[in-house]
Amino acid sequence: MSNEATLHSQEVIHGAHAHDHGHDDHEHHHEGGFISKYVFSLDHKTIAKQFLITGIIWAIIGAFFSVLFRLQLGFPDATFPWLESILGHWAKGGRITPEAYYALVTMHGTILVFFVLTAGLSGTFSNLLIPLQVGARDMASPLMNCMSYWAFFLASVVMMTSLFVQTGPASGGWTAYPPLSALGDASIGSKIGMDLWLISMALFVVSQLLGGLNYISTVLNMRTKGMTMTKMPLTIWSFFFTAVLGVLSFPVLLSGFILLLFDRHAGTSFYLSDLFVAGKALPNEGGSAILYQHLFWFLGHPEVYIIILPAMGMVSEILAVNSRKPIFGYLAMVGSMFAIVILAFLVWAHHMFVTGLNPFLGAFFVLLTLLIAVPSAIKVFNWLTTIWKGNLRFTPGMLFAIGFVSTFISGGLTGIWLGNSSIDIHLHDTYFVIAHFHIVMGVSAFFGTFAGVYHWFPKMFGRYLNSTLAYIHFWITLIGAYLIFWPMHYEGMAGMPRRYYDYSSWESFKQFTDLNHFISIVVIVVFAAQLLFVLNFFYSIFKGRKVTTTNPWGATTLEWTTPINPGHGNWIGEIPEVYRWPYDYSKNGKDFVPQTVPLSPDEEKEGH
Amino acid sequence: MSGYLAVFVVVLIFVVIFQIAKASEYVSILKGEKKTRQQTNRVNGFLLIAFLVLGLIGVYLCHDSLQAKIITHAASEQGKGIDDMIKTTLIITGIVFVITQILLFWFAYKYQEKEGRQAFYFPHNNKLELIWTVIPAIALTILVAFGLRHWFRITSDAPKDAMVVEITGKQFNWLIRYPGKDGQLGRKDFKNINDANNPVGQDWDDQLNKDDYMATEMHLVVNKPVKLIIGSRDVIHDVGLSHFRLKMDAVPGIPTTLWFTPTTTTAQMREMTGNADFVYEISCDQMCGAGHYSMKANIVVETQAEYDAWAAKQVAQYAVAHPAPAAAPAAPAATTPAADSAHQEKVVAVNDAKH
Repeated sequence: MSNEATLHSQEVIHGAHAHDHGHDDHEHHHEGGFISKYVFSLDHKTIAKQFLITGIIWAIIGAFFSVLFRLQLGFPDATFPWLESILGHWAKGGRITPEAYYALVTMHGTILVFFVLTAGLSGTFSNLLIPLQVGARDMASPLMNCMSYWAFFLASVVMMTSLFVQTGPASGGWTAYPPLSALGDASIGSKIGMDLWLISMALFVVSQLLGGLNYISTVLNMRTKGMTMTKMPLTIWSFFFTAVLGVLSFPVLLSGFILLLFDRHAGTSFYLSDLFVAGKALPNEGGSAILYQHLFWFLGHPEVYIIILPAMGMVSEILAVNSRKPIFGYLAMVGSMFAIVILAFLVWAHHMFVTGLNPFLGAFFVLLTLLIAVPSAIKVFNWLTTIWKGNLRFTPGMLFAIGFVSTFISGGLTGIWLGNSSIDIHLHDTYFVIAHFHIVMGVSAFFGTFAGVYHWFPKMFGRYLNSTLAYIHFWITLIGAYLIFWPMHYEGMAGMPRRYYDYSSWESFKQFTDLNHFISIVVIVVFAAQLLFVLNFFYSIFKGRKVTTTNPWGATTLEWTTPINPGHGNWIGEIPEVYRWPYDYSKNGKDFVPQTVPLSPDEEKEGH
Repeated sequence: MSGYLAVFVVVLIFVVIFQIAKASEYVSILKGEKKTRQQTNRVNGFLLIAFLVLGLIGVYLCHDSLQAKIITHAASEQGKGIDDMIKTTLIITGIVFVITQILLFWFAYKYQEKEGRQAFYFPHNNKLELIWTVIPAIALTILVAFGLRHWFRITSDAPKDAMVVEITGKQFNWLIRYPGKDGQLGRKDFKNINDANNPVGQDWDDQLNKDDYMATEMHLVVNKPVKLIIGSRDVIHDVGLSHFRLKMDAVPGIPTTLWFTPTTTTAQMREMTGNADFVYEISCDQMCGAGHYSMKANIVVETQAEYDAWAAKQVAQYAVAHPAPAAAPAAPAATTPAADSAHQEKVVAVNDAKH
């Protein structure tokens, strides 16, 4: 019924256009057509592309920032005159200043975590795949969906602006702990740059809520006939859980940010107490700096699952399609994602073991944190069993999915180290943490994204990405990611703190100079490989090899029943009906059976 | 000029790779989709298994070359516990790591697409799933139990005979205060802070403050428990004690504590590491502003006798703040030669300079 309503409203819109066409001059209509088709589009597929392309632009900026600060870490004594030409006084004499270094680190984190791996990843694929895979004409509310993107766009504009203000962008780390982030006198980045950061993030939260509510209602209400919840592909389950996590936790982050804004400008003391800054005692008393951390990490921890769950869902789908085998343990996969969602809300304080947290309370967070390893382990074993005795096609998407499983194992296991408070007390805020979360949520989530892009690019643009470039991209990225982050575990074990501008004066950490040098060189190579991907992406949109069949991967799910270049509304004529789960690969001697094929009498006897 | 050259070379490489990639696409169209897929499948299958083998060798080589760079000797009793914990966790996670990575890449290699083979329809198996729910759960329970035992030991109350040292973070250095002869720290209030002679804001009306002294280095006695009282004047800092395997945040307005027992003197560490410059360093482990990376203080772990000799030379901050000669300041100041007085003023001056 809801689908019919969406369809109906589409017809109204089309009707209105036809009306315009009749009365307005040709030029005007053409422009209006462009704007409603490509700019303020209500089509979920276009919005998905908008999220993806915005995400790619942010990813280039965020990754480039990491190249800049890796130059400082790898070559602390060298000067690069070209840096001064692009950064001006932030890199006087060709060496990045500490203020600029911290701004780059902060922006790298903010951009990658929120703008790329949240908006760029789940924004893209939730939008693209939810209507296509559940069998809907569009989202429950296409308008809200459009607003979600434009709120993100506004957030992007504000964040981008903050890069150009006189005092620079926020520089207190992506976590923005007060009092550092509350007091302009404590850090230059906590002046106007921090306000812009907070405003941008508030807009971002608005975007996430608009998007998330829409995803949830679409999954719950707009499924086509026969598409029961247990017949949904795991991608949809993962987007659904991701949206639930976001809707429940982003408001808490927003409240934390609003209190921080009050502390900054309204003279309140939510987070401030007993401060002596810039030569004078401040009047604030009675606040708790730790309160912010609770509010922040109440989102901040679910956030890592917001990032990784969509990747897990897509990887499950891509592994199954390219192994020509059903995903192993479908219900266990759904159940483990559900367990992860519940536990995600109960582990935030493991980021705070060394804040002076009550040790008794800390013990519960240890228990719950390590508990999360159980559903994660189930997922890994199920993925392994999925490829076991398969008939594997190493498409670029498949390789990235395999890479995802590899990095998820490597990074997930070190989570068991850090989740145990007695180990965290040594490794907290060292390079071990950097290695851990970059592998498990940075690299893995990127691998999931890349797998998704390579796999669904034909659906998005009706063309293929160039596979040779894709394979080069994959191998450099996989090898490079391990070369960059694996040795960092050792730096962390030596206690080397993160967010240091220079280690050369430290007797305890300067033995890693050569290693830092090596890592920085690999970073540059890996960055170049990502540019190769970007080149491939934009080139292939226009010039890639054309898709000639509606179902190029031989997949069972509904998106491949649409035309090669589906219009707004996705299906011509009726939305197909669904009869079976999405993982009937290699069953009864058939390579695959699409979801739209009714059960055979034999199968009905089996009790499907 | 060389910059432009570098950019040119990079662009050139890009163009070459791109042209090759495009050409190979044409070739693949000519050869036919199926044949191309078989070929790339073989190549990637080989690369996957090669990655596994070279990767595991790489992990070993990496360990071999970097292990020595971690100072493997934990210099506190608590740190030894943590190192044990790390070892146990390393063994368990290491086994899982090797097995799962081998399975992943081996399966990928072994089950690559072959003409005429059909995949095995294997949607679920309750027994298997139960096994790999229960085994991780047991392993994790063991780790939680070990971990919490250490955790509660580390976070327990400090022994009664522990020496007390206060350490206060400020942008961008550490202020270290000793309780002096009476063994008790005097009251302080951030409103009394005065960078000239009262950096932590001691309350001079409190008699306990009369003998408290400030130090630029933290001196600790080997094998004697020490309780740190940790605070901050401005933003959140963190007392990072990498060689002792410990750390604790310094939060303005909310004092925290951490106690440990150093087991190795600085001199012994110098001998052990063969590094004559070895020094225990306190690093700031919580992002605190532009000077975060330079926020350092040293710790000297020494014998009781060495410590006593050092402590005897320290001048109460009260005496520094109240240079009036007639008043009767705390006992040590009365017997202190002028040289030490100068030393103490230098202490505060150094702090100021850093500020």
